Amino acid sequence: MHAPREQTYLSATVDIRSWLLTTDHKRIALLYFAGITFFFFIGGIAATLIRFELITPGPTLGSPDFYNRLFTMHGIIMVWFFLIPSIPTTMGNFILPMMIGARDLAFPRLNLASWYLYMSGGLITIAALLLGGLDTGWTFYEPYSTFYATGYVILAVFGIFVAGFSSILTGLNFIVTVHKLRAPGMTWYRLPVFVWSTYATSIILVLATPVLAMTLLMLLAERVLHVGIFSPQLGGDPILFQHMFWFYSHPAVYIMILPSMGVISEVVPVFSSKPLFGYYFVVWCSIAIAAIGFLVWGHHMFVAGQSLYASLAFSFLSYLVAVPSAIKVFNWIATMHEGWIRFDAPMLYAFGFIGLFTIGGLTGLMLAALAVDVHVTDTYFVVAHFHYIMVGGAVMGFFAGLHYWWPKISGRLYPDYWARFAAILAFFGFNLTFFPQFILGYLGMPRRYQSYPPEFQIWHVLSSAGASILAVGYALPIFYFAWSILRGPRASANPWGATGLEWTTRSPPPPENFAKTPTVVRPPYQYDRGKPCMQAGDVR
Amino acid sequence: MPAFPWWPPTASAYASQINFLFVSLLVIAGLTIGLVFYLLLFFANKYRHGSNADRSGTTKKTWRFEVSWTVATLLIFVGLAGWGADIYLKLYNPPADALQIFIVGKQWMWKAQHPGGQREINALHVPAGQDVRLVMASQDVIHSFFIPALRIKQDVVPGRYETMWFRADKVGRYHLFCAEYCGTDHAHMGGWITVMNPREYADWLQAQGGQQTLAAQGEQLFRRYGCSGCHEPGGTVRAPNLHGVFGGPVPLSDGSVVIADERYVRDSILDPKAQVAAGYAPVMPTFEGQVSEDDLAKLVAYIEFIGPTTSGGR
Repeated sequence: MHAPREQTYLSATVDIRSWLLTTDHKRIALLYFAGITFFFFIGGIAATLIRFELITPGPTLGSPDFYNRLFTMHGIIMVWFFLIPSIPTTMGNFILPMMIGARDLAFPRLNLASWYLYMSGGLITIAALLLGGLDTGWTFYEPYSTFYATGYVILAVFGIFVAGFSSILTGLNFIVTVHKLRAPGMTWYRLPVFVWSTYATSIILVLATPVLAMTLLMLLAERVLHVGIFSPQLGGDPILFQHMFWFYSHPAVYIMILPSMGVISEVVPVFSSKPLFGYYFVVWCSIAIAAIGFLVWGHHMFVAGQSLYASLAFSFLSYLVAVPSAIKVFNWIATMHEGWIRFDAPMLYAFGFIGLFTIGGLTGLMLAALAVDVHVTDTYFVVAHFHYIMVGGAVMGFFAGLHYWWPKISGRLYPDYWARFAAILAFFGFNLTFFPQFILGYLGMPRRYQSYPPEFQIWHVLSSAGASILAVGYALPIFYFAWSILRGPRASANPWGATGLEWTTRSPPPPENFAKTPTVVRPPYQYDRGKPCMQAGDVR
Repeated sequence: MPAFPWWPPTASAYASQINFLFVSLLVIAGLTIGLVFYLLLFFANKYRHGSNADRSGTTKKTWRFEVSWTVATLLIFVGLAGWGADIYLKLYNPPADALQIFIVGKQWMWKAQHPGGQREINALHVPAGQDVRLVMASQDVIHSFFIPALRIKQDVVPGRYETMWFRADKVGRYHLFCAEYCGTDHAHMGGWITVMNPREYADWLQAQGGQQTLAAQGEQLFRRYGCSGCHEPGGTVRAPNLHGVFGGPVPLSDGSVVIADERYVRDSILDPKAQVAAGYAPVMPTFEGQVSEDDLAKLVAYIEFIGPTTSGGR
């Protein structure tokens, strides 16, 4: 029987001011959830229109310029305003302090400032979209962006520049928090892997994002003031732009995927009721990915005219960075061995992640093979590959985490049947959307084409059909999560039988997270014959 | 074309090598994915919650597994990297006496100039069984010359020459695309590459009409732009004689040595003070903005024509 309901972070204060000026990491996480969801649907609408457009070989919805602006906005919104901030700012913000037994992040007000920066950058970019968009592609290649691009390039670039500061400050906040705010007994090797992953991500955020900021400033200086840096017309070097852009943008791929790997490393042990296999290896693989990830950017430029020796080195290093990712996949599978496996929605999303990420990773190996890359780079093969990583991997991980921590965040359960249905739908819809694109890519269909030779049409039609299934899979959670908030049964403190500290406090948590600071007595993921061994400070 | 095209035409021996490498990678990927999915489903079924499977042997020495699969993965990956690189190196070693065609990319068309002076737009005719080398320039943004049937592409970056070579050996008509996004009509910047047997190719060249060769047109430009005023014997200013220079080493005033290839000749016309030949004063004015990419190609063809291998005659 419940005592009269105690105060939660949701019920403590209710006016709008208490939300917009909050410094509670849990509320800021919800503010981010609102922003992330908004941008995900803007980017998703652009994706839907792209798939509509490509159903026929000629123009379907609009002019070539319309299409160019469409895929540019899809890329910019999805990369900078959904994928990069998605897991760290929402689940990282909400769960990470609780996982280490902390009251909040190290710099709560900085955390709120990061959200305002993110939203400002996002709204500036949306303004560019509403005014008519831009046609540079999300990669802003030079000299196109300086002299030939039309539309609101300056505005959009400025929006991304502003949002970059949100990334840097968020990364900084996490790093300091993990170093300084761990509960007594929470040694580094007792940290859950999600914390390690977020930590590794934060290092990349802090080190790589400033390079993007510099690159974008130089781009602005060239477009506005005609300072010659990248354009040959002004004595600049277009390849220099690509080096600087990918020096950020390749590590950015790991910003997107590492947090998802962290989520999967939480979900698989919980739903297998077994310790994570090879904890130390998984932990150090995250760090290795973050480190080696900085040394592979040149694999985007094998046909761009960089030196032969650079290409040889970048190809080798690209294979090297794939090793720790492969090790993680093996460890997740080994975790399931002799487990007590349950098939709740988070676990189904985790299965989806492992399968799709493996396909994405293996096709990445094909792209890293120099001679194959020459043929398939800038074709749909690349498009399919990175969607397998970013949508099949990062977004599946996002949904796995969302379904796993939803009871903690909202204090409510959701209908598991519908959630499992959505997970399965998304898995099949995703494959139907993107697998045909591998075939298109090897056939030679270049990316960023509004019109294409008619013999390619059948694969585009299949891909668009898959996209409609995928869209349903992504839209369903809105409905059952809304139902969960309004009607869902109340969640207990630890509905999944998990072992992390975040499950030792009430759902939803009180404003101060823990009634008294917990003391950690054992490593994470400890199970005794399928039964969780809870940490100290357990509730009831 | 079949309703479900699943494999592109393969029009060169090089393309077959790429096929072989790609299929090998597919097999390795297929086996790995098969193993991953099999283990996922097998474990998910055998160790589902509530099953009676034996769970007594909980593995302790995880490092044995970790080390074995790390080492195995690493070795396979290094092997694949080496294989991919080995074939890639071929693209960097063009054969000596290839047929040379100049390509200029601009928004939104590809222009080709054959050595005999024949020109075509968004189309390229080449003889089968003969090495062809493309010297490519862009007039505006980055484009990328992509022939799927030959499995090759090369970005064409404005401000410099890029080269690419191939030997097509299957007669036919194949797609030519621009693979680097270049603006409004990016999707229409392409056409067909036609591989013909050598006799038909000769007929085709003939049918294009009796233009002057590229080098001959270049010679006229060499006089019109005033290059000959200094670069030929008896000129008013002391400048290097360009006969026999192409393809050989050129000592520079800073002590380094460059090979006089297409890129060097082009750079020397547009930015003459960057790489000054040893023993000469940096007095040549730049021709940046005065010579179009088409004319540059002709000038380069002329300098090449008076290079050592052909010694002016023919």
